Amino acid sequence: MPIQVLMPALSPTMTEGTLAKWHVKEGDEVSSGDVLAEIETDKATMEFEAVDEGTIAKILIAEGTEGVAVNEPIAILAEEGEDPAEAAKAKVDGGGAAKSEEPAKQEPAERETVAQEEAKPTPGAASDAKPAAGEGQKAPPAPRTEDGERVLASPLARRIAAAEGVDLTRVEGSGPHGRIVREDVEGAIATGGAKAAPAEKPSTGGAPAAGATPSPAPASPDDPIFQMLPSFEEVPNSGMRRTIAKRLTESARETPHFNLQVDVEIDTLMAMRKQLNERDGADYKISVNDFIVKATALALQRVPDCNVAYTEKAVLKFSRVDMAIAVAIDGGLITPIIKDCASKGLATISKEAKELAGRAREGKLKPEEYQGGTFSISNLGMFGIKSFNSIINPPQGGILSVGAGEQRPVVKDGALAIATVVTLSLAVDHRCIDGATGAAFMKELKTLIEDPIALML
Amino acid sequence: MADNTYDVIVVGGGPGGYVTAIRSAQLGFKTCVVEANHLGGICLNWGCIPTKALLRTAEVYNNMKHAADFGLKVEGVSFDLEKVVKRSRSVAGQLSKGVAHLLKKNKVDVVDGFGKLAGGKEGARKVAVEKDGKKVVDLTAKHVILATGARARQLPGLEVDGKLVWSYREAMVPEDMPKSLIVVGSGAIGIEFASFYHTMGAEVTVVEVMDRILPVEDPEISAFAKKSFEKQGLKILTKAQVKELKKGAKDVTAVVEMDGKTQEIKADKLISAVGIVGNVEDIGLEGAGVKVEKTHVVVDEYSRTGVPGIYAIGDLTGPPWLAHKAEHEGVICIEKIAGVADVHPLDTGRIPGCTYCHPQVASVGLTEQQAKDKGHKIKVGRFSFIGNGKAIALGEPEGLVKTIFDEKTGELLGAHMIGAEVTELIQGYSIAKTLETTEQELMHTVFPHPTLSEMMHEAVLDAYGKVIHM
Ligand SMILES: Cc1cc2nc3c(=O)[nH]c(=O)nc-3n(C[C@H](O)[C@H](O)[C@H](O)COP(=O)(O)OP(=O)(O)OC[C@H]3O[C@@H](n4cnc5c(N)ncnc54)[C@H](O)[C@@H]3O)c2cc1C
Repeated sequence: MPIQVLMPALSPTMTEGTLAKWHVKEGDEVSSGDVLAEIETDKATMEFEAVDEGTIAKILIAEGTEGVAVNEPIAILAEEGEDPAEAAKAKVDGGGAAKSEEPAKQEPAERETVAQEEAKPTPGAASDAKPAAGEGQKAPPAPRTEDGERVLASPLARRIAAAEGVDLTRVEGSGPHGRIVREDVEGAIATGGAKAAPAEKPSTGGAPAAGATPSPAPASPDDPIFQMLPSFEEVPNSGMRRTIAKRLTESARETPHFNLQVDVEIDTLMAMRKQLNERDGADYKISVNDFIVKATALALQRVPDCNVAYTEKAVLKFSRVDMAIAVAIDGGLITPIIKDCASKGLATISKEAKELAGRAREGKLKPEEYQGGTFSISNLGMFGIKSFNSIINPPQGGILSVGAGEQRPVVKDGALAIATVVTLSLAVDHRCIDGATGAAFMKELKTLIEDPIALML
Repeated sequence: MADNTYDVIVVGGGPGGYVTAIRSAQLGFKTCVVEANHLGGICLNWGCIPTKALLRTAEVYNNMKHAADFGLKVEGVSFDLEKVVKRSRSVAGQLSKGVAHLLKKNKVDVVDGFGKLAGGKEGARKVAVEKDGKKVVDLTAKHVILATGARARQLPGLEVDGKLVWSYREAMVPEDMPKSLIVVGSGAIGIEFASFYHTMGAEVTVVEVMDRILPVEDPEISAFAKKSFEKQGLKILTKAQVKELKKGAKDVTAVVEMDGKTQEIKADKLISAVGIVGNVEDIGLEGAGVKVEKTHVVVDEYSRTGVPGIYAIGDLTGPPWLAHKAEHEGVICIEKIAGVADVHPLDTGRIPGCTYCHPQVASVGLTEQQAKDKGHKIKVGRFSFIGNGKAIALGEPEGLVKTIFDEKTGELLGAHMIGAEVTELIQGYSIAKTLETTEQELMHTVFPHPTLSEMMHEAVLDAYGKVIHM
């Protein structure tokens, strides 16, 4: 029986994606492990590998198609011994209508079979195709309580959800049979996914964002205003560009930002850094930023009221610091996360940061590596920026902006002296972090950076 | 398809390799295992299994020596070392044959020989197999999983000579029972041999450089074990180091430094059990561009080496050096390759560790100190064997079960046990951790009476001030 190749869910939260590129064409033989296509989600492009062997009988979704729903059939695979031509005619059940046009050569009749079905995955579809294929597909989400059904969740997940006010019916489980486990709840808390996230206005129809408070739509390239401007090239918005636009617009609009600035002297820190990096057998090269990351994590641990997220029902105080570090990449930026940053040593932080940034630039981060995070750090010091303010990455409560380290005149004991100084700017969400709390954090941070030996303890 | 082309080649047929190969075949991959010496690897042939056979002999022997405590009259208890070793070898042999059968049943091809990545751009997924310096065959595959395991670490000055200085290999097949023995290193392997030889009558001294024995265990368990061993008559030196080894014709003298003082210890044999190094040599890692750190292959959470199509699992990738870690890593690796849904990386915090000395030691999760270091506010429960009916009936009143919970969430962070049969009990807590139970479910679980497992219940109750039998 022909096998339907379904749109994969490349992360627990993915509901749709762009079929960026096909690596195979109709008639190609594939075996398991071969790359079939590249799928673009909101932040990353990932390779989609074949699970089964066979011949590509038909490609159902053309490359470049956006908004392809998870579990929608994207191709038909003829198994060994099957006639690909016959297989191509197989009825496509399950899956939803492609939102974008099919290749023109597709026969209208077939187009309809695809289009007629509603956009919901047929639970049995995968296992219908071939018993073993069931293992290759993501299990459908467990039944939800909207109709009074049981939510599968581990006792620990329930306990944490109850304590943190997380609605389990809105959390997707990654455990066996879609069971919600601790990690899922913590992930939901970190991304604000499980509750009306502060930035996301509850909308009537459950449609994404826009619903309740109409936000001024961004200008269209057809707008007459552009006719008056010089000629331009249209660079289509990538998934990442759209995500940046959406989240930061929401954040700037919904989150009452306020900013605090402090200058820190880093001469002692730089001396210590030199000493550490020159140690015999040092297999690390710690940067000033690594120190600041570690100090920020420790300061957050000491002032836990700054490691928080605001939600409708409660302020969530996180049990550990997961530090998101802004990395500029081709076409945008991404924030890989150093998990449990406060309990990691400088060398570990340095290595992880390098490794994550490297893979971020290659577009090879996995969603769990850049989603979540309880606090962010952005550093533009390498461009010589003295100080700047960043927009908070919701649902996080704060972001630290790090400027360039430069020699500046300072007054010490009534006399003029020279010190290497960095200006740190903090932006916090005033709904959950008050001025004095933010200031206490900055004071702690300054102390840690200026007396960096404390970072070693 | 030519015969020498596979979907998956597994290099090394230890518990990591053969289990991965079977799972691979189950997933429909055409699979082959290359094994240089013995199916079942160290675990079946020179590790887990033969040591447990020896320790079982020691246990029965010890019980017989204490027969009078049970109202039995046994006289002239002694042993025949050759038969003790023979039993251990035949247990290993039987299981190794079993592995061959399982592989065959699952249609996994077994190639006898030493496998090596052929290297180069095209050669990365090519495995050249040699036997006795002669080429056997070249195999190619889409995925090559390296599972070549590890061997004993050699310490300068304590190099194994097979006569006076033993590694675990020689220690497993003694020809004569040494009258006295020095064991250097008090990890699981060192302590198991110390316990075996001591029970069989040798005078044993354990030398450990750290401040406690079984250094990966909770310090409270280490201290309990030390006291118990010393009561049995074992000598234990901690914070101690062998500075020099003088070899005589039939014995060795170790110069041991401890607390700034040196002492000389004379013994018939010395067992070096100071750790494990990965078998990273001669398997073509450099040519293929696979990264090696110290003596281990560097992999990500799904055992990928970074070189497409090349994976590494088990002892080869570093600690914990445990057969069940190797197996799980392998299964996760191959399921990830196959695209099985819901594959998650192995959570090392959920891997139990067992030491089969007398008394036995078993644990899973964080120690008390680790939990505190991670910032947990904790609740700790303890229950002693002396309060358990079954333990008393068995004549095993010595032991402790300790549980550590997160105060806020009720998560079972760690469990640590010492005493009779705890290696069989620990999986109860492992399941609890995997299912993410809180103290509530553990309290509501009905444990059968009378069993040692009731102590696991009591240790949970104790953490919450509800202990009954203490
Ligand atoms: C004395 C002792 C007691 C132990 N007790 C326990 C215990 O109680 N519980 C526990 O969990 N663990 C125990 N271990 C550890 C356990 O044995 C290992 O963790 C386990 O064997 C690792 O499995 P593996 O498959 O990674 O490697 P191994 O078991 O080492 O298998 C590797 C295999 O690969 C083969 N090989 C190597 N290179 C090549 C090549 N290039 N080509 C072909 N074949 C090759 C070897 O011949 C070997 O058979 C013990 C170890 C020792 C030494």
